[in-house]
Amino acid sequence: MSDRLAPAKLFATTFLFWILLNGSLAPDVAVVGLIVAAAITYFLPNGLSFLSGYKAKPLATLGYIAFFFKELIKANLSMAHLVLMPTIAVKPAFVKVRTKLTHPVGRLLLANSITLTPGTLSVEIEGEHIYVHWVVAETTDPEAATRKIVAGFEKYLEVIYG
Amino acid sequence: MQSLLGAIVLTAGAVFLALGGLGVWRMPDTWTRIQAGTKATTLGMILSMAGAAILMPGWTIKLVLIALFLMFTNPLSSQVLARAAHRAGVKPDPRTRFDALAADEEAKR
Repeated sequence: MSDRLAPAKLFATTFLFWILLNGSLAPDVAVVGLIVAAAITYFLPNGLSFLSGYKAKPLATLGYIAFFFKELIKANLSMAHLVLMPTIAVKPAFVKVRTKLTHPVGRLLLANSITLTPGTLSVEIEGEHIYVHWVVAETTDPEAATRKIVAGFEKYLEVIYG
Repeated sequence: MQSLLGAIVLTAGAVFLALGGLGVWRMPDTWTRIQAGTKATTLGMILSMAGAAILMPGWTIKLVLIALFLMFTNPLSSQVLARAAHRAGVKPDPRTRFDALAADEEAKR
């Protein structure tokens, strides 16, 4: 990552997180926060923060958040249906999908999103492939699975972290 | 009105958490159990935090931070558990019809 602002972003996010958690800007709180945030930035110069690699694209960001919550609610309803049925009707498979994302934060968000969406769980990530456990697998073909599982999120993440 | 709405949202969160528990108990193997657990705890947690924020508006910022933190770490820990189980050679449910990860690892050896 050749982002020269990366340490500043890490410092800013850790410090902001601390201030919001404390809910105050009293001098003692702020000083402790500054020292700890500086220490974290110093010892973990390559640490990632939400902002590393983030491109200010408000529309894509809102689109991603809306899509994420829609998928999360769908995932819970389908899981509730599966769990409440008299017989557990699973048809699992481990399938391989491909991602075009290269930035680590974008890939992290993609893998996390896959885990929280209907019936899928990221198991392993290797190069450009993510191995996904699918509770009710509709296909085992990598291309079809990529369209089904990855494409929806990738569309937004490509813009935000492309 | 506000306390009624808060109570409804909190209860919805509790229902999803309970369904997640039921899922962990009823599902046949490690990965299907992790799936049931992760999704239900994430939405259940978000709804519980939202309900608490409606009841106690002063806590909103902290509750949002807790929700954000858990939204990031919940799926991450599930993924690590799922990978560890696969690497340790845990047997999947016999209904599992295809294992691309095992096939690719076999091919590399």
